[in-house]
Formats: sequence, structure tokens, C-alpha cells
Amino acid sequence: MAKITFIQHNGTEIETNGIPGMTVMETAIKNQVPGIDADCGGACACATCHVYVEPEWVDKVGARNPMEEDMLDFAFDVRDNSRLSCQIKVSDAIDGLRVTVPAKQF
Amino acid sequence: MSDVITTDAVIIGAGPCGLFSVFELGLLDIRCQVIDILDRPGGQCAELYPEKPIYDIPALPIVTGAELTSRLLEQATPFKAGYHYNQMVTALTKHGETDFELKTDGGLVFRSKIVVIAAGGGSFQPKKPPIPGIDAYENSSVFYSVKKMEAFRGKDVLIVGGGDSALDWTNNLQPLAKSLTLLHRRDDFRAAPDSVNKMRELVAAGKMSLKIGQVTGLKGENRVLSAATVKGTDGTVFDVATNAMLPFFGLTMKLGPVADWGLNLHENLINVDTEKFETSEKGIFAVGDINWYPGKLKLILSGFHEAALMAQQAFRYINPGERLVFQYTTSSTNLQKKLGVA
Repeated sequence: MAKITFIQHNGTEIETNGIPGMTVMETAIKNQVPGIDADCGGACACATCHVYVEPEWVDKVGARNPMEEDMLDFAFDVRDNSRLSCQIKVSDAIDGLRVTVPAKQF
Repeated sequence: MSDVITTDAVIIGAGPCGLFSVFELGLLDIRCQVIDILDRPGGQCAELYPEKPIYDIPALPIVTGAELTSRLLEQATPFKAGYHYNQMVTALTKHGETDFELKTDGGLVFRSKIVVIAAGGGSFQPKKPPIPGIDAYENSSVFYSVKKMEAFRGKDVLIVGGGDSALDWTNNLQPLAKSLTLLHRRDDFRAAPDSVNKMRELVAAGKMSLKIGQVTGLKGENRVLSAATVKGTDGTVFDVATNAMLPFFGLTMKLGPVADWGLNLHENLINVDTEKFETSEKGIFAVGDINWYPGKLKLILSGFHEAALMAQQAFRYINPGERLVFQYTTSSTNLQKKLGVA
């Protein structure tokens, strides 16, 4: 288990238990975290699972892959710490991860 | 008002389940008209993952969304369905005792004996960037699609995005516009290399400008835009003068008008039974990702099964009193004739 915290745009925090091997997006959906739409179901084809990785976690989570970089063109307010949560695999290495969910995936 | 198109069955959605419904209904001599909001068949397979492999279609160990779509279209060819693209069904109402009338946003009117809703995740609609105050400018200065190019003649056009729509419209509208700016969050484009090259040539020739950054605010009054405020990648903030902005951020799925048709819903999905895949309204069926029943799995293969059972009940409505003899395509000369192989 890896603890993953989703911070809502209003500051509310939702703590979840991520199962290694699943993605952060799947963890959000399983725990009904508002704001993660995941229209395409994890195919990296829609950019509706956009999250901001809290600064202290950016290095541990790693860099965007090229397909994800392309898909982020379809997200709004992309920042240096933007990731698509379907492309982050849960592992013990990211136990404690904190990500912020945008106000709207639009 | 256009002529009314009369048919046995209207299928809403040309994704895999809609296309396979044409086949299953066709085997039972039920004529179909198919309506889709996209400009081509395939639904999510066309819009979200045309190039991505699907591994769980029975007997096809690996197939892309595009290949699956073209195979389903080919399989349905003998039944000569009508296909209507770029049309969103906006209204579905009863017509007389048993029939239905459907209207689209493109002005088409259909009358049918049954309706099959195979609308997947709902209708694909343009993503609207949540820029503060953008609603006030929609359809006066902010547009999510180009209906008529002429509307942009002499305008200071700002196109936002880096995909094919953004680049295609940049190149197409540049000759008409008074000025044209393309704004993208990075100096790298996922659009086809040809259109990116063409855009770069226009920039080099001083015929348009390319800016890198993201829109953070809008300026204007009385629903007329005068400028978009942009934050550059280096954090600098600047204005781009525009009175016609076109944001292209791809499409998202919204349930859309389906929610207003009086059908019983379960968390934005349509309740159906598992014998006929019929909704709470007699004669209206729902197959594929848009339906819900206990144990539902959103798999293409489940939608195929649903379409086959739906067709059995559709036959009973369309041919009241007639006996339906179950037949196999392997052995029935009757079915083989319909398929054009006997």
C-alpha cells in the first residue's frame, strides 16, 4: 500500500491507499475522488485526469513521457508540475504522494 | 424544414456497438439510419484511440480502434444503412402510438419504429477552457468550431492549441483574417508535420504570429473581445489583441440531450433489462457503454452481445405477430443471401 493524498482545489484533502501496480488515476476513480474524470479510462488519450504534483514529490514521480506531453496540450493551465495521473504508477517509492486536482478537467 | 427520413430503426452513435447493431438488425431485415456527432464512424475508437491496440476483441488478438471500425463497417455493408455524421440528436419524442421522431442540430428529422441508443460516453463536445468570464463571449467572440470560414474574414483571429484542429484552422483562416495569432503552451506541436511546416512558413513570411504561453484572462465589453491576456512560459504576461478567439483543446464526452428524454437513468447511464436491453421506454433500446444493468462491464464485446439480443426484441416490435426463427449464418441460406454470399 502507498498512501496517496488528493488535494481538492478548495483545500479539502482525500487520503487514499494506492495499490502498487495500479495508476494514480485508477486509485482516484476507485476512491471516487472528485475532479478526476478519466474519460478514456487510462489510455492517455483525453487529458481529463490532470493533476499537479506537489513540489517535494516532482523528482520522485519522475518526468512526463512524450505521449503524455502531447496529451497535456489538451489540458488547461499546464504547469511545470502537471502530470496525467493515468501515467503515474503507484509504487512504494511514492508512498505519501500528494497531488492537487484542478478545479475542473473541462 | 428538410424532408423526413423514414426508417425501421434509428441508431444513435456510430461507434463499435452502433455499427454492430446495423449488422444484427440487418440480419433480421430491419433497415437502419445511423447518426453520429463526430465527422466519421468509430466513436471513441476513432476519436480517442484510433492508433492504440485493443487486445480483448474475441478472435482478434490485436486490433487498433481504426481497424476495428473499418472491419465493422465492412461487415455491415450488405445492409445499406444510411450514415449521418456531424449531427447531434437533440430531440427524441413519440410520434403517434408506437413510432418515434428524432431531430438533429443539423436540421435532420427521422421517424422510426424503434430507436437504439449506442452513444457510448455520450456526445463528444469541444472542451471549453475554464478562463474566467469566457461564457460571456461564447458565440460572439469565442468559438469552439468553425461553421463558416467567411465569419472570420477581416477579424483579428487568435487560435489557441497545438493539435490538428488548431493548425488546420490556422492555415485555412490566415488568408481571410486581418491578423492571425497562434498561441500554444510550448513550441512543439502534436499536429501533422505538414501543417506545422506550413504554419512556420507563414510565420517566417511575416503573415501571422506564433506566441508561446497560456491564456489566463479575457478583455472586452458587450460580449465583444478586444484582447486575451497571456502568461508566457517565462512568466511574463502580455496581451494579444483579438476579436475572434478559437480555442482547440480537443473533445470531451458529455451525456448531452440523452438526459432529457425521460428515460430512467442510473448515474448518467441508461437503465436497461438484460433480456432485451430495452430502456424504461418501450421501443427505445440502449447498448454499449451508455447502458447500465447489474454486472455491467464497459467492454466492446459486451456491447456486441447486447446488440444481438436487442435485435430480437426490435424484430418483434417491427413485425408484430410474426414468428422469429433463430438462424445461424453458417447454415442459413436465407441469412447468407442477405449477406450476399449465397
